Amino acid sequence: MSDTDDLRAILLEQVERLLSDRSGPDLLRANERGEWPDALWAEAEALGLPTALVPEERGGAGLGWGDAVAVWQALGRHASPIPLGESMVAAALLAAGGIAPRPGLLGLAVGREPVAWGRRAAAVVMTSGGIVLLQPGPATRQGRASFSREPADHAAPGVPAAEGRLPDAFGPEAALLAGALLNAARIAGALEAVLDMTVDYANTRKQFGRPIGGFQAVQQLLARCAGEVAAAGVAVAHAGRAADRRGLAGAEFEIASAKVVAGEAAGTCAAIVHQVHAAMGFTDEHPLHLFTRRMWEWRDGHGAERAWARRIGAKALERGGENLWPDLTAR
Amino acid sequence: MAGLRFDLRDTPPEAAALRAELRAFLAEAGRNWSPLVRGYSWMGFDREFSREVGRRGWIGMTWPAAYGGGERTALERYVVLEEMLAVGAPVGAHWIGDRQSGPLILRLGTEEQRREFLPRIVSGELAFAIGLSEPDSGSDLASLRTRAEKVPGGWRINGRKVWTTNAHKCDFMIALLRTSPAPDPKAKHQGLSQFLVDCRASGITIRPILDLVGEEGFNEITFDDVFVPDSLLVGQEGHGWEQATAELAFERAGPERYLSSLPLLTAALDDLRSEPAAPETVGRLLARAGTLRQMSLAVAGMLQDGKTPAREAALVKDVGNDYEQALPDTLRDLMDPARTPAEVQEMQRIMTMVARSYSLRGGTREILRGIIARQLGLR
Repeated sequence: MSDTDDLRAILLEQVERLLSDRSGPDLLRANERGEWPDALWAEAEALGLPTALVPEERGGAGLGWGDAVAVWQALGRHASPIPLGESMVAAALLAAGGIAPRPGLLGLAVGREPVAWGRRAAAVVMTSGGIVLLQPGPATRQGRASFSREPADHAAPGVPAAEGRLPDAFGPEAALLAGALLNAARIAGALEAVLDMTVDYANTRKQFGRPIGGFQAVQQLLARCAGEVAAAGVAVAHAGRAADRRGLAGAEFEIASAKVVAGEAAGTCAAIVHQVHAAMGFTDEHPLHLFTRRMWEWRDGHGAERAWARRIGAKALERGGENLWPDLTAR
Repeated sequence: MAGLRFDLRDTPPEAAALRAELRAFLAEAGRNWSPLVRGYSWMGFDREFSREVGRRGWIGMTWPAAYGGGERTALERYVVLEEMLAVGAPVGAHWIGDRQSGPLILRLGTEEQRREFLPRIVSGELAFAIGLSEPDSGSDLASLRTRAEKVPGGWRINGRKVWTTNAHKCDFMIALLRTSPAPDPKAKHQGLSQFLVDCRASGITIRPILDLVGEEGFNEITFDDVFVPDSLLVGQEGHGWEQATAELAFERAGPERYLSSLPLLTAALDDLRSEPAAPETVGRLLARAGTLRQMSLAVAGMLQDGKTPAREAALVKDVGNDYEQALPDTLRDLMDPARTPAEVQEMQRIMTMVARSYSLRGGTREILRGIIARQLGLR
């Protein structure tokens, strides 16, 4: 095991333990009522998680995108109770642009999409072309209703307090690409969680005198779901590795693919896990929807499947049939 | 999903030259392959092509040099497989020997069997078939009834096998046969054994079966007092079921489980440029193809490390089969009979038909999903 593998393993264990101990349906429901998870965030900060992607010489943990994907998957397994992923990306962009780090929650603004927990942010970070911009203060204009019901706010137009040029490897759409990778990874994690929940439920719930998981009709559904879960996990790991090797801009194909595959898996698997949970899963009381609503949120956020598919599809059409396989294997 | 792992793997750096060599070879060899040839690919059969592949050292690549093998890595072999499939090369005459029969002989065969068979598989000379299904035993394979009775010096086989791909063109088959009655109906997996059977042995009748495309791809084989010497029993008598299922990790996770219809996408692409819906559809197809390739590579990597990724292999086959099977219909929605070149339409037509087999061969989708469900812990 290399040092970076070690570091990743240690960090993952910390994140898993923190979320297992401190998060859960009650906290997620409180989030949806607009109550900021203060204690959980404070612990995440104490562990140095928000600056995990910042290089060590700038006071971070110096993790790569592949490591980040693993952390974001862990977040997804717990329905992402804090906007840690967004803050990690924002801090990484600031550092890459040579802007001094800011303490506290950093919001990530991508295009015109609202900023998760923007109202609690110490500052909002965005990119424009190859420039990273920092706008101090919270985003306060409440965003539209969303699947997750968690607070999301738009930043008022303002003059940035700082701006910096990103290295070429980040490309002109760094916030969008990193945001898409984050959402795909969270979906991959949430998919694992809902599959596990549903297998447990199918083995517990009895009808016709036996657990419904014993019926082939249910088994076929869940096996299909398992394939999608595996595909999403591989797609996001592949995208993270590509970003480490070629930078965010150079990993556009893999990030787009991850968002497409994870988004498709979110749709397919949400349908399956709800079907197996039946009426119980349709209730507010059961925690399943705390995950599935967020999966629907994340598949829409930072480019839905359609948008990313069009992008890579248009390029492939331009490159033509003779380059299709060579391009695919060059990845 | 506890315990399920897909660690990303790269094809090795030294494979770049190999890949370039393959592409040059296949571009030349494939100049006149018809849409039908490409549509059948690894179910197709071209002895001359297989001999040429053998001459170039691309069969038995990972096997010991003592048996003619190339002693190269599983991931280098993976490069050869995926390059062949990506263009729909007619690899059927060596595919089964390279993928299944050879590895089985290498692992469990006698020294004599290894020396007898492996070098001739490597050279592309010997073509193998797999004798599993029977008229009354498909998905319920262990219920098979074709039996081998002990006689002096060997075994006497009676019964029937069916759906045996290309058996009428092959030299040998590895047949799973009943050598002793099952102790009780619940233990029907016991008492099975594997044999190397000469497809031209006396008492064997092979009747080709026309498939829905109009080709003679598979067969019915009748065994009428066929004698097989003791020396051609493979592995241990009575352990045929475990031996045969251990092969499945090799059989189920290769690139042939998602690439079967890719030649159609390659052929169709240029003529989809003016189709407004094409970018989205093509993008979705590519996103999946790239992901399936990483899944399949991950399993190849585990095999290289000496692991038995049976669970992962079953998942890759299931997701991959869905993908390759849907592709011809997906592209159909983008094609315009007035504009799409005749050869592309022909390939689309053939693949629409051949694609029915993708979720049948190597274990039906339903059986596979049953296996996956049990691995998930559903009972």
